[in-house]
Amino acid sequence: MSQELLNVHNLCVRIEEKEILKGLDLSIGEGETHVIMGPNGAGKSTLGNTLMGKEEYEVTSGEVTFEGENLLDMATDERAKKGLFMTFQNPIEVPGVRLSEFTRSACEAVGNRMSLWNFKKAAQEQMKVLNMDPSYLDRELNLGFSGGEKKKAEIFQLLMLKPKLAILDETDSGLDVDAVRIVSEGVRAYQEQVGGSLLIITHSTKILESLKVDKVHVIVDGKVVAEGDEKLVGEINDNGFEKYMKA
Amino acid sequence: MSEEKTYVEDINRTIYDVIDDDSDAFKLEQGLTEEIVRQISDQKQDPEWMRDFRLNCLKLYNKSQHPNWGPSIEGLDMNVIYTYVRPNTKMQHTWDEVPEDIKNTFERLGIPQAERTSLAGVGAQYDSELVYHNMQKEVEEQGVVYCDFESALKGEYADLIHEKFMTLLPPTDHRYNALHGAVWSGGSFVYVPKGVKVSVPLQSYFRLNAKGAGQFEHTLIIVEDDADLHFIEGCSAPKYNVANLHSGCVELFVGKNAKLRYSTIESWSKNMYNLNSKRALVEEGGRMEWVSGSFGSHVSYLYPSTILKGDNSTMEYTGIAFAGAGQDLDTGMKVVHLGKNTSSVVNTKSISKNGGINTTRTSVQVMPQAKGAKSIVSCESLMLDSESKSDTIPVMDIRTDDADVGHEATIGSISDEAVFYMMSRGMSEEDARALIVSGFADNVSRELPMEYAAEMNNLIRLEMKGTIG
Repeated sequence: MSQELLNVHNLCVRIEEKEILKGLDLSIGEGETHVIMGPNGAGKSTLGNTLMGKEEYEVTSGEVTFEGENLLDMATDERAKKGLFMTFQNPIEVPGVRLSEFTRSACEAVGNRMSLWNFKKAAQEQMKVLNMDPSYLDRELNLGFSGGEKKKAEIFQLLMLKPKLAILDETDSGLDVDAVRIVSEGVRAYQEQVGGSLLIITHSTKILESLKVDKVHVIVDGKVVAEGDEKLVGEINDNGFEKYMKA
Repeated sequence: MSEEKTYVEDINRTIYDVIDDDSDAFKLEQGLTEEIVRQISDQKQDPEWMRDFRLNCLKLYNKSQHPNWGPSIEGLDMNVIYTYVRPNTKMQHTWDEVPEDIKNTFERLGIPQAERTSLAGVGAQYDSELVYHNMQKEVEEQGVVYCDFESALKGEYADLIHEKFMTLLPPTDHRYNALHGAVWSGGSFVYVPKGVKVSVPLQSYFRLNAKGAGQFEHTLIIVEDDADLHFIEGCSAPKYNVANLHSGCVELFVGKNAKLRYSTIESWSKNMYNLNSKRALVEEGGRMEWVSGSFGSHVSYLYPSTILKGDNSTMEYTGIAFAGAGQDLDTGMKVVHLGKNTSSVVNTKSISKNGGINTTRTSVQVMPQAKGAKSIVSCESLMLDSESKSDTIPVMDIRTDDADVGHEATIGSISDEAVFYMMSRGMSEEDARALIVSGFADNVSRELPMEYAAEMNNLIRLEMKGTIG
């Protein structure tokens, strides 16, 4: 059993007046890859945003620890500095800020300081993994990027920042088969190069095909209703969530 | 916003705010009288025509009124402004000869450093007079003249200056041109002969140190046919609790197929009334480029204007204004299309925070003979909070039937989503906001030489410090 990295206990979260998470439990060990599946509206993205500390997500009860420390007390940037990372479903466009400049500032912020030369070298290597043209480094952050390019840029940052735990929030949604394959390769590179943990939030299974998965959690109506190993992915692929929604 | 934040901003301007002791400087009395104008003229050993010009301007000034539009300038009382303050030194050609405290001030501002690495020539004005002027030998050998205005009035191009002085900015135009004509002092004259391309920029830096003083430098640049020049102007002053006044004039003559780029980074202190006038006249096929960063001053009235006189002449204006607490910046630009197939491209950006006010005025005039004119104006505003103000006032006066004219204005704020996104990458809220604002200003900083882009980003960072509650 690996060392525990993230522990979520009885987490209840609401947005405005609506209760979304209703007592969720989850535990992720170092180097493990976990998958969260569930129908639309189950609270999957709420979990990701709450772990990252987004303001409008109000924790009404429960605990979350990261390496034994209370995560809920920390601001979003502190969480990132501790080694937490999330890819966004819809990465924000920031005019005038270059992808390279942004990523380098982020690397510095999380304590991954490099000389400009080393940064460029590392950036170009990671772009190769993601089949991205290095000219993307000089482009304005996410501006005019296609859906697939945005997702690749997110995985690029993941590979550069080397967090301890990466939350992938619907990284595969809206991508064509080739883009999913490349993103999946990027994620595998993260597993291999960094050996970090993953929490993959998805409602499809394509991205998981080439990844080693340790545990699958099915969320319905704000709670974990089933857990299992990789085989659960196949089962949901065949039968959907219906069985769990009745439960 | 709390007072504490204002305090934080103020102490963060340290490199601009160091005040030198001016007890040994020579000052004329406060106020504006014929006697004072005569004394300035004596001090400067003006040619006779200039003395008469000054006295005539004073008459015009006395008959003129404050502008009845734009921000209030009630806090400006000419009766208490020192119009002439001469530092206790002659103009030098090496920094070693410049008095220690003045030299240190310019060192802090990075001027001698920039001169060594990236400029072909430097002029440094301190209060009313130039304290330093120097130009690289190679540039001088090309026939380029870059010198203080007083020397120029007695030099090789004295007649040319007499012919051109305040013809683009006539003292009859408005009250502060008249004031300038009466009490102007310092500034630079640049002459670039036909066909000469000055590959490295020239820079003049204007530092106003004396409390309650005015700075009235005159810049006259003549770029002859087929020549090319980049001129940079920097300005700053320490903060006082009384009003200071800057009322400079910049007159630019761009010859046939010549190109002039005029870049300004202005970080006047926030007790400054910046009532500055700039105008360029462009001949056939010539090109005028303005790059303008306005960060300082309490009140600004600043609208560099361009007359596209010759056929096929072009103009591009890229400007940014940043207004914080207590600042009312009325900026913009004006272009007049006279020649055929002339074109203008205008990009302005404004940032307002902590109750700062930005007003962006743009004026595009296409005269009847200016067939085939094209003009695109884009004004973008960024509001950092709900107590700040931003206004865009475009004027278009089109007198042809084939002009291609466009105007677009947008206003935006920093979204919580964007800040959250950046914070999820480890950046503090303050850094996230500063990065977004730097990005907004990016099209301006990319037009500047590297050192100045860095200075501008630094100014943005200073301005963004302490904006978060």
